[in-house]
Amino acid sequence: MTKVLMKGNEAIGEAAIRAGCLHFFGYPITPQSEVPEYLSKRLPEVGGQYVQAESEVAASNMIYGAAGVGMRVLTTSSSPGISLMAEALSYIACCELPVVVVNIMRCGPGLGGILPSQSDYFQATKGTAHGDFDIIVLAPSSVQEAVDLTIISFELAEKYRNPVMVIGDGMIGQMMEPVSFPDKEIGPPLDPGDWGLTGCKDRPRRIVNSLYLDPDLLYQQNIKLKEKFELIKQNELRFELYNCDEPYDLLLVGFGMMARICKTAIDQLKAEGLNVGLFRPITVNPFPYEACAEAIGRSKSVISVEMNMGQMIEDVRLANVEGKPVDFFGKTGGLIPAVEEVQDKVRESLAAMKK
Amino acid sequence: MKKIFAYSDGLTRKPTHYCPGCTHGVIHRLVGETLMELGLRERTVGVAPVGCSVLAYEYFNCDMFEASHGRAPAVATGAKRTRPNLCVFTYQGDGDLASIGMAEIVHAANRGEKFTSIFVNNAIYGMTGGQMAPTTMPNQRATTCPAGRDVNDAGYPIKVAELLATLTTPAFVARVSVHSPQETVKAKQVLRQAFEYQAEGRCYTFVEFLSTCPTNWGLSPRESDSWLEQEMLPYYSLGIKKRPEDFEGGPKWK
Repeated sequence: MTKVLMKGNEAIGEAAIRAGCLHFFGYPITPQSEVPEYLSKRLPEVGGQYVQAESEVAASNMIYGAAGVGMRVLTTSSSPGISLMAEALSYIACCELPVVVVNIMRCGPGLGGILPSQSDYFQATKGTAHGDFDIIVLAPSSVQEAVDLTIISFELAEKYRNPVMVIGDGMIGQMMEPVSFPDKEIGPPLDPGDWGLTGCKDRPRRIVNSLYLDPDLLYQQNIKLKEKFELIKQNELRFELYNCDEPYDLLLVGFGMMARICKTAIDQLKAEGLNVGLFRPITVNPFPYEACAEAIGRSKSVISVEMNMGQMIEDVRLANVEGKPVDFFGKTGGLIPAVEEVQDKVRESLAAMKK
Repeated sequence: MKKIFAYSDGLTRKPTHYCPGCTHGVIHRLVGETLMELGLRERTVGVAPVGCSVLAYEYFNCDMFEASHGRAPAVATGAKRTRPNLCVFTYQGDGDLASIGMAEIVHAANRGEKFTSIFVNNAIYGMTGGQMAPTTMPNQRATTCPAGRDVNDAGYPIKVAELLATLTTPAFVARVSVHSPQETVKAKQVLRQAFEYQAEGRCYTFVEFLSTCPTNWGLSPRESDSWLEQEMLPYYSLGIKKRPEDFEGGPKWK
């Protein structure tokens, strides 16, 4: 596997093709526009198709249509565009269709700005749209991991017939890093099984629908979705522990690029004789509560470090079953906490502990 | 004895929920018959809207989607683009297509998506109980314009067929009516032409049906047919507004 230097957004587009996704419907928005740009050139080369939708609302309903006929499909956007796609994700989740959505997050609220943030954590993991449903959410912290998780996203979407979202903070989309792709050129096509609308020749007709006027039937569907997500919680938790082998007094919890900044901070603090651990959830929904609890349990206190005003900290608190002190450090608006700022926060916190 | 009339196998046997005298049933039948006559049913995917025909997925005897309000053309785009061998149609009312879904229908037509849209224009919101639609006639009463549609306030009814016909992209765009047996027979021919164009992979195809709503118009079914003829026909003229052949000799771009 030779490595190539690629921009994150382009690498995500290529990863989708390697996963066998030959259909993309999307709409340009900074800082993810390189995904549609790349795929508009690349998909026709591999017999696929790029369609530029008139809006994110339309794009999200186009992927509903494509997934409904049993085809592997991708859309990508950035924060305000994801808000517009949220309604369709609720329909897609209820209809149990496999789609992959990538959110290259920018700062908000409102039109916000075009700089990186992690401010859509709540939207992705808690309240994506109306109704009771969950989507699987994966948070890469490098361009290589964005590639790997994009490929895994299609597998998970199809295994559970559920929407999967990859959340990359704007940096992931914009920066260039060396990446390698699986050797296979293009994955095998999706099997439309007993659910895809492929035409009712030699079989009973099928319906893709999220309307249940009978409350008992709708409740049954809600239970089915809940049970499916319980299964996902059992099988699909992903996380990384960094510098947790030796005893540590303080644990940082961070996801995506923020975790990578934390790693640099931790490496440098180690040279000062300060040992700090890092817990990095890779599946942020479902959140790996037990593993996080275990990591917190070995620490005296914990700091949730995020590029937002404090969102994942609520999951950290839920994981904090032993009641250790939980603090927050973060910035948003497009500002990225610097390594030195994280270190200052760590030193301050450790000093306070000694008092 | 020779059977000369039968239930169309293009429709399921489920009794519809439509009000007595409503012409949705007639339009459903025309679609079902056309799918059967052209041998398309087994490779057809329909897209139902939100509105009176929200349950259309129960009635058309083929694979069906239920879409969110106004987005049927986007759903159809996703289906047809990824499985071009399917015959894909949307079935949408005037609130769904001409109000909340105006962007989707215009852009699907403009991209020249190779599916068929069946647009049912009854000049009112039926399912929600008779509110003003973008197609409600001037001075026509509705529950959200109790004194009648004031064109200075709400603008004039939108002629969707004419609007789509202005697009440069080749398309088949027509308006038909089902208020009389004669017009219903003509409507069927136009609908058949639309599905034939789709089967040939020729162009986007759009058929607007003028339809009645006796319940929300506050008229009997027979009075409703007359009202459609007298009030709607002069404004919503019937006929083929655009054919793909019209493009021949049209603008050429380098």
